[in-house]
Amino acid sequence: METPLTIEETHKGLIGKKFSAVELVDSYLSQIKAKDGKLNSFLTVSDEVAYEQAKSTDKAVKELGKDAVETHPLLGVVVAFKDLFLTNGIRTTASSKVLESYVPAYSATVVKRLGDAGTITLGKTNCDAWAHGASGENSDFGPTKNPWNTEYVPGGSSSGSATAVAANLSLISTGTDTGGSIRQPANFCGVVGLKPTYGAVSRYGIVAMASSLDSIGHFTRTVGDSEKVFQVTKGADEYDSTAKDFPFDAPKIKPHLKLGIPKEYFVEGLDREQEKAVLDAAQVFKKMGVELVDISLPHTKYAISVYYIVQPAEVSSNLGRYDGIRFGNPRASFGAEAKRRIMLGTYVLSAGYYDAYYLKAMKVRSKIIQDFSIAFENVDAILAPVSPTPPFKLGEKAANPLQMYLADILTVSANVAGLPGLAMPFGFNSKGLPLGFQLMGPRFSEDVLFALGKEFEKETEYKPKVAMS
Amino acid sequence: MAKLSEKDVLHVAKLARLDIGDKELPILQNQLSEVVDFVGQLSEVNTDDVEPTSQTTGLENVLRIDEVAPKNCLSQEEALSGTDKTYNGYFVVGRVIKK
Repeated sequence: METPLTIEETHKGLIGKKFSAVELVDSYLSQIKAKDGKLNSFLTVSDEVAYEQAKSTDKAVKELGKDAVETHPLLGVVVAFKDLFLTNGIRTTASSKVLESYVPAYSATVVKRLGDAGTITLGKTNCDAWAHGASGENSDFGPTKNPWNTEYVPGGSSSGSATAVAANLSLISTGTDTGGSIRQPANFCGVVGLKPTYGAVSRYGIVAMASSLDSIGHFTRTVGDSEKVFQVTKGADEYDSTAKDFPFDAPKIKPHLKLGIPKEYFVEGLDREQEKAVLDAAQVFKKMGVELVDISLPHTKYAISVYYIVQPAEVSSNLGRYDGIRFGNPRASFGAEAKRRIMLGTYVLSAGYYDAYYLKAMKVRSKIIQDFSIAFENVDAILAPVSPTPPFKLGEKAANPLQMYLADILTVSANVAGLPGLAMPFGFNSKGLPLGFQLMGPRFSEDVLFALGKEFEKETEYKPKVAMS
Repeated sequence: MAKLSEKDVLHVAKLARLDIGDKELPILQNQLSEVVDFVGQLSEVNTDDVEPTSQTTGLENVLRIDEVAPKNCLSQEEALSGTDKTYNGYFVVGRVIKK
């Protein structure tokens, strides 16, 4: 059978009896078997659960016919969860030896919401351990490979989730974005990645990295699918007090939209082909009738420093709970990168340094937020590159943590300010590796970003491509 | 400016309950110093009269009634399911007080 590439194709196939959900699961599992030995995108394949859910999907289709997709908007949609998402009864490791054999007794809110909407769980994906990294190489269970060329990294930290969708080992997958961990691997793998507004999606039941920055999103092949998944995952949750419903004054889609191009994002050292992809995308938006406006976000260059103070500080606090007593292995099982971040965070929070580092970073954070507030008085969204470089080779940056940290330089601002970001693929570079761009908007402007993204796909007659096919 | 000494690194490791091997120590000392030096660039930003931000969506205290909701609780069996070091339905922990 031909594996569907979108939610709509999945529904058409199921309702039109072209395939059953069980056959769909057969097809995905055989793809995983054939390709994942090379990619290492899955840490756990949950075939038993998948077949169980596929059977109830087939039952729903049989009983309700096409009404089944009305009651279950994501009926039969196969999903792979980043291994930070707690899944009741399915091992959850955060890609760390600390949680090597941890089987949670409850599920994350997002896992539950997706399941209630009809998804089928294929398994858990590899990532940088504890989501610490920009290449996937920090996993304690071996690196994930870029499906367009396995000598290159797929980006990180949501490495396996991006790879799985790019190679069509899953229709959708989930991720977390604390400093770019959805948008950057989406960019490196040529798929759509959404980092929602901070607080738009519940973090309950997801291994915490940096609590004031963590944002829960997903990977899909089209913007329309990203929106459909977001409709299910978003909203207030009694288990996460920072999660809230969209405010009634959330930005709306207007007939005439303005897109800001921030000069600070076209930094020295920005890869030429990455730059060209963004500038070409700008011309497409212009053709669509979107007005392009040059803007300035003067504190952009400080965002990475703010991030590498606030984030490790919160990491050191969040990873304090892993004591090996109630679950998991003792702290000696932490890998090198987790140790580095815990120690960095402990240092900037320790007596005598708090004011110079942590408090200073929180103040500069306010300045960065103010830059965006001023910009959004004049524009509806911002167009920017995602990564300063194209995918790099495995091992290329592994020995130098600071160089690896700088890979986040164009993505961290959205986290520092709590803004939504939508990474979209747009062509390939001369080495055959994906190119793309990101759209950022004011808080809770996802509807505007989706509208821009969908229109862009229409204008460019975007057809999803599958890696390794 | 902010070069970390060996002593600093060991002190931080102790605070964070991490054991650092002899071989790791100089590597961590270098790597941490490099990052701390880098983020020190923030000192050039004027932040006089700027309020710090710790929460971006403007939420204030979120309150609920202080009641136990049984559906939100793990059973004793579930709570203990992550370890095999249990005794009479309790977790077993290492000794923290010297004899």
